[in-house]
Amino acid sequence: MLYGVGLSAILGLLWLTLSGNYTLSGDYPLIIMLGILSILISVGITLRMRILDRETVPIVRAPHLIAYWAWLGGQILAANISVLKLIMRPDVDIEPRLVRVPVDLRSGTARCVYANSITLTPGTVTVDVEDDGYLVHALDKSMTDPAGFAEMALRSDRAADGQRTSEDGENS
Amino acid sequence: MSAMEVWHYILLAISVASMTAGLVFVLAGAIGVIRMPDFYTRMHAAGVTDTLGAELIVLGLMLQSGLTLTTVKLALVGLLLFLTSPTSTHAIANAAHKAKLKPQLKRHRPEHPADRGPEERKS
Repeated sequence: MLYGVGLSAILGLLWLTLSGNYTLSGDYPLIIMLGILSILISVGITLRMRILDRETVPIVRAPHLIAYWAWLGGQILAANISVLKLIMRPDVDIEPRLVRVPVDLRSGTARCVYANSITLTPGTVTVDVEDDGYLVHALDKSMTDPAGFAEMALRSDRAADGQRTSEDGENS
Repeated sequence: MSAMEVWHYILLAISVASMTAGLVFVLAGAIGVIRMPDFYTRMHAAGVTDTLGAELIVLGLMLQSGLTLTTVKLALVGLLLFLTSPTSTHAIANAAHKAKLKPQLKRHRPEHPADRGPEERKS
């Protein structure tokens, strides 16, 4: 129920932003009715496909995910500048690496956020997703710092699922 | 000059600076694609273009359009790029990996053209 209302609200906001209809005069009531109809059809199809859950509509975790994005933005800025330096140096001197990063995350959302974060940070790309680890290609050996990956994993885990409690255990 | 105009020019300056920085990153991405040795390393160079390059240009455009609906739409474009570009990059990298393309893992350090002898440089 919460996810249905949340999805409708998000779609409604999106529709209002893209159409720019705020008045109720002239032809606008018809257009707004069509907009509401299309939102209802979208939510109906989502319900029918039974994919309306915390993974497709992450509104409960949205504040945490946005805070995580802000941190990730800083990381991306720093990584961009280091890649820029490697590329634009008069004499190219790189040592590419293919490393396996161990992954121990609780949900699919966290795994997706983590894999996308690695790819979004320039210099590292997730090449293959396995059950207990990712294969990551790095532009230079200076970018394969295990501590950096571990911090990113911890932060994406917290952003997607909240603090770990004792019930989750260490290796759930 | 009124305070409003000063504010307008400050915004314009920040916007132009942001877009110029974005252009530098896009240009670096293009140069990197040419200079890097193999497929996977070229992908990293292209990644510079679609993260900071594109986002800085969108940010500059948002500052230009002010508090209008266009700004919100541009923010949506930025969010879409932020969410879709890693997915597409991963799809390309994974396709190369599945096709068993081996990445070049040894140190890549080509000789600088200026260090070559004058005879070689002519050819």
